[in-house]
Amino acid sequence: MNSPEVEVSDEEIWNSYQKYVGRKAIFIVSSILILILAAGVAGSMGQAKITIWEAYAAFLVKFFPGLFTTSWLAETTVWNLRLPRIALGIVTGIGLGIAGCIMQGILKNPLASPYTLGISAGATFGASLAIIGGAGLVGGEYLIIGNAFIFSLMVSFIIIGFAARRGATPETMVLVGIAILYIFSAGTTLLQYFGEEQAVVQSVFWAVGSLDRASWSKVLISASVIALSIPLLIMKSWDLNLLASGDDSARSLGVNVNRIRIYTMTIISLMVSSIVCFTGTIGFIGLVAPHITRLVIGTDYRYLIPASGIVGAILVVGSDIISRNLIPPIIIPVGVITAFMGGPLFLYLIMKRRMGYF
Amino acid sequence: MEFGYSSRPILKKISMELRPSEMLGVIGPNGSGKSTLIQCIDGLLKPKNGSILLDGTDIKGISRREMAKKVGYVPQTSSRSFFPSTVLDTVLMGRRPHLGWRSTGTDVKKAIKVLRLMGIEDLAMNDINQLSGGQQQKVLIARALAQEPSVLLLDEPTSNLDIKHQLEVVEIIREMVMERDISAIMAVHDLNLASKYTDRIIMMKEGNIVDQGTPSEVLTPENIRSVYGVVAEVINNNGGKPHIIPVKSLRRHKNSELNSGSSVTPQKRSATVIS
Repeated sequence: MNSPEVEVSDEEIWNSYQKYVGRKAIFIVSSILILILAAGVAGSMGQAKITIWEAYAAFLVKFFPGLFTTSWLAETTVWNLRLPRIALGIVTGIGLGIAGCIMQGILKNPLASPYTLGISAGATFGASLAIIGGAGLVGGEYLIIGNAFIFSLMVSFIIIGFAARRGATPETMVLVGIAILYIFSAGTTLLQYFGEEQAVVQSVFWAVGSLDRASWSKVLISASVIALSIPLLIMKSWDLNLLASGDDSARSLGVNVNRIRIYTMTIISLMVSSIVCFTGTIGFIGLVAPHITRLVIGTDYRYLIPASGIVGAILVVGSDIISRNLIPPIIIPVGVITAFMGGPLFLYLIMKRRMGYF
Repeated sequence: MEFGYSSRPILKKISMELRPSEMLGVIGPNGSGKSTLIQCIDGLLKPKNGSILLDGTDIKGISRREMAKKVGYVPQTSSRSFFPSTVLDTVLMGRRPHLGWRSTGTDVKKAIKVLRLMGIEDLAMNDINQLSGGQQQKVLIARALAQEPSVLLLDEPTSNLDIKHQLEVVEIIREMVMERDISAIMAVHDLNLASKYTDRIIMMKEGNIVDQGTPSEVLTPENIRSVYGVVAEVINNNGGKPHIIPVKSLRRHKNSELNSGSSVTPQKRSATVIS
């Protein structure tokens, strides 16, 4: 392999490196285009007949009233009914994709994701507690959301608490997460076992991830948390890059390894909790999106973080399109679709291409 | 300086110095504290008592990032990157203590220069996990050199390398020390490599320094016998450097004809990767 006869000039290396970096930028740009297309398709679907172009026009007319014309029907349908759902899908995908990508990095485990570490299980338990334990009486929906938020955050902080102990390794954090997943799942099952039938059904429906509960106010909350988190995470890209080469190497290169784990985990936790408290469990996005992205553009977190988010958004919006068209007019919960699509897709990726770390 | 994990002392009363532009070898049997010593010097482990001074400043008062600008560390543990990463990106990580969020063109050019120096420029765009052990080791040394440190710490840089790569790697380090005016501390198992390429040697046993000095002062049959439990002949060859020929181990066994207890056998390690 290392043949001294092959002369490579600095320029050639420079050029191929630029090409390699350029490919990452191209990937991000084309992903954004695909996402816009997917959002358009999603906007054109539903009871009212609206074409993709009408959907785009109805969207843009709010920003450029002079440039686009649209019907009243299209504008209200798109803005009030369809866009909140699409926007929540995009926000969810971005949040879960980024969370999975960073968790896999800091825990050095390709199976790490908000789901496998029990964060979703915490949210489900919190929501079930509110639903079965009497949220129907007061507070209603907000109590469910609040409870889901608090319990999912609690899971993260237990994991972070273990991480802050002396001598904690990434493996510790993964194992703690899995242990918590089991505890909270058992807790939810126990609640459902003793709960009233109707409440149990409601809690099961809540747990299956879905975009049906979307509204502008919810989108606004999730979106602002994520908008604040992303720059804070991308800022730490270099530290995350260095972590991949081992804790000792990272530390000798100037990274405070433990601090970066706790810092990123805290931000991710807030991000994930602010999503799953509205959507419930949408599995596989946090797991699959980063892997797909890594296959194409490699491990540099400066590109990997935004790209994983966009790929996650494409997956959620795409799954939502499928979930509404499989057996219309029934809308299958998107969490079911992501798992059904994500599982085989993941198997395919493992078989088709050696990922280098499996 | 002393160091220990909870109650078990690993290093006892270590006192040593590294001179400018010096290549210092650290030798000793497995578990004698070589790696621990090196990690203490880089500040990765904190000594229980005593202090480590870098240019007269206690390293306790130096931030990790400042430390990374001054000290380059080549770890012994598997160089496998967890997720695939190109060689050039890996070497670029060495520039990290010097950069902000963006890597500039200058940093990329510097990284390419170091790759050329190590003679692995043709591998620049390869995945580090697909390289051979020797090539990976060179990439890690390249990364440490890209830090532009004044002190280079190497923890058994030649373990699991074939003889050609062993010599290449140590020769490159030697050249760096001479040409770039940096100092290096190298933990090494191969006594003859240590003898041939280092200016001074520290010999360790059970967390103590038993002897230090020039290779010919330290590498005596008596020292090797008491530290390693190996009977060895020491002859002088090329330029007065001692050459060690292991004869037999002092292991008390009945089949004394099995006396191939060679001190040059590289330490065997297994890399575990959780996935």
